[in-house]
Amino acid sequence: MALSEEQAQLKELAAKATKQIISPIVEKDEEEGIFRREVIAELGKLGLTGIPTPAEYDGAGLGYLEYTLALEEIATASVAYAVSVAVSGLPQIILNLFGSKEQKEKYVPPLARGEHIGAFSLSESHSGSDAASLKTRAVKRGNEYILNGTKLWTTQGNVADTAIVFARTGAEGARGVSAFIVEKGTPGFRAGKLEHKMGINISPTCELILEDVKVPSSNLVGQEGMGFRIAMTALDSGRITIGASAVGLGRAALEYCVQYARGRKQFDQAIIDFQGIQFMLADMYTSLEASRLLVRQAATLKDLGKPFTREAAAAKLFATDSTMRITTDAVQVLGGVGYTKEYPVERYMREAKVMQIVEGTNQIQRLVIGRSLSS
Amino acid sequence: MWFFTEEHKLLKKSVRDFAQSVLGPKIDELDEKEGYDRTYFTKMADLGLLGITTAEEYGGTQMGCVAATIAMEELGAVDASTALSYLAHTILTVNNIATSASDAQKKKYLPKLVSGEWIGGMGMTEPGAGSDALAMRTRAEKKGKKYILNGSKMFITNAVMGDVFYVYARTGDGRKDISTFIVESSFPGFKMGKKLKKMGMRASPTGELIFENCEVPAENLVGQEGGSVAHMLKNLDIERITISGISLGIARASIETAVKYAKERSQFGRPIADFQMIQAMLADAQAAYEAAAHYTYNIAKAWDEGLLDSNEASRASSAKVKLFAAPMATKVALDAIQILGGYGYIKEFPVERYMRDAKLVEIGAGTNEMLRVITARSMLGDL
Repeated sequence: MALSEEQAQLKELAAKATKQIISPIVEKDEEEGIFRREVIAELGKLGLTGIPTPAEYDGAGLGYLEYTLALEEIATASVAYAVSVAVSGLPQIILNLFGSKEQKEKYVPPLARGEHIGAFSLSESHSGSDAASLKTRAVKRGNEYILNGTKLWTTQGNVADTAIVFARTGAEGARGVSAFIVEKGTPGFRAGKLEHKMGINISPTCELILEDVKVPSSNLVGQEGMGFRIAMTALDSGRITIGASAVGLGRAALEYCVQYARGRKQFDQAIIDFQGIQFMLADMYTSLEASRLLVRQAATLKDLGKPFTREAAAAKLFATDSTMRITTDAVQVLGGVGYTKEYPVERYMREAKVMQIVEGTNQIQRLVIGRSLSS
Repeated sequence: MWFFTEEHKLLKKSVRDFAQSVLGPKIDELDEKEGYDRTYFTKMADLGLLGITTAEEYGGTQMGCVAATIAMEELGAVDASTALSYLAHTILTVNNIATSASDAQKKKYLPKLVSGEWIGGMGMTEPGAGSDALAMRTRAEKKGKKYILNGSKMFITNAVMGDVFYVYARTGDGRKDISTFIVESSFPGFKMGKKLKKMGMRASPTGELIFENCEVPAENLVGQEGGSVAHMLKNLDIERITISGISLGIARASIETAVKYAKERSQFGRPIADFQMIQAMLADAQAAYEAAAHYTYNIAKAWDEGLLDSNEASRASSAKVKLFAAPMATKVALDAIQILGGYGYIKEFPVERYMRDAKLVEIGAGTNEMLRVITARSMLGDL
């Protein structure tokens, strides 16, 4: 797929930034679980944290296709930071689409510049795939809403400056859900326990606890009852970004394997010369290329203003399943050393798994695709 | 399995009880810290597990390959790391010595190994000789009444904590000039290399063995000089059958966790177990587990009955069993994580460990790729 000169330059910029800013710190920080705000700030200075946000709100004013180019590059070094950029992008896309002028002016520019970090808080302990069953409540009192409840699995919830929190303002079901902008430091709003995960340990995942949190009515996004639609719209777009990140991770795994298989000799020849290895690499390459095309197709449809829900779900499903396979095989190509922490492929495999779960589990993607085919 | 004897059933129950009561409470912490517990060996000895394939005169119970595989499955369902360390000790060291060593060597080493006083391991792989094992470079040269060993062994299970190793080394320049030595870790010139940090099987130490003019008494040569290739391959066969038990255990535990979770977890107003997509994953996992279990125990039984009479039949059968069972466990564990969703990805549930542990069996004791080569050769002959 041919890129314009401008797109190629953006890709190059993201690749360079990734190598300089992220690659040197990622191994150790992953092991120790350290998230660095300054990484996001540095990426922000280069214009990489608000790619699809309009220029009037300090974004780059580019499309989702450009966004996928940058995320792919970042994910070659760190899925955690690619996810961080993508998650900071969710409040931006939500406010760009549904926010008031005042909300956009106040909250979007610092996010787009990478000075602020964003979060998207939908899931709860009993409400995962079935997001519309969430129980966190928002009750209107005068010019405020009072929020109470506990959210789960919020990426970077503990460091975010601006969180979009979904809470129930009405009856049970999807139509009773509303979206609120909640600022860090609002009394009663705090991060709960941090999850201890198998991978992407740079990216903190936490509970968010809301105890009588007073949010001004002006921080309601759109109208009461629009929350579920807002969440689903954001997730449609978010799936493209997770797909792009999966492509980056898969590419890193494939490149590492090729380099290793060329250098490793057994039975007096490089193992890349054995068909058993070559065919594995060929399958990895093919599924990676197909994934990238699906991701870019979904991004292009979105940029053209055409429906893209089904395509985004298919891209996320295919790219993350492919990357799980690619990274599992990458450990296999490296053999014993691939299983040790001295090589990055075991980390790639651990990181791949989360992408089949976030932004809608892959079961949910199948459901989205299946429903769109049956209606 | 329909052919399990009363003895097998009792063994299965006692190992399961041991694993759940002794290993279960500690595995999360050992996995987290990459720790290990030497006392597990004396406790397993009390259950008669360490000499499970060894004659009674050396303290063994001589129950055989089916029994060893049962023990692997039950240990593996709770703590695959300890199952792996048990394999390296009981199959790679004790069984090797019992099969190939002299009476004097057996009398000297087996009682201590079977009682768990000493922990054993096997040294074959080297940094430059993995799948191509016969390319090993560790060399043994005879000087008077000793052999002097030089070289290093890599990815050795039970390194770090082992007391005695069953070590292969080159005694000539031909590819098959391989000899075997029983090397105690206290011998002059023997050094433990670094411990490896791993993705999984973290409660089973893996490391390097270094021989720098290591002095091994000539009486510790096992069998004839240059005569080790045949028994080295034969021992890999029983290793591949029994290690498949670990894959069975991991898969079974993954399924048990996923079934329990799917029944308890409600979304869209009903247990997720009600959804066809979850049912399909569970059904595929169970069918794959049962197929692997029947296959593995069938071949183990054939081993015990002496039906794998030719080296070719033994090699190909054991290769195929592991080639089938090991990827099955990785797939089942990955799907178990998927069924648990976010909960599957965090350390509060065991399935993420199951996946990390399962992957090892696709690499150790012969990679999937080498097992395919062995299998194809058995079908196609020498081309």
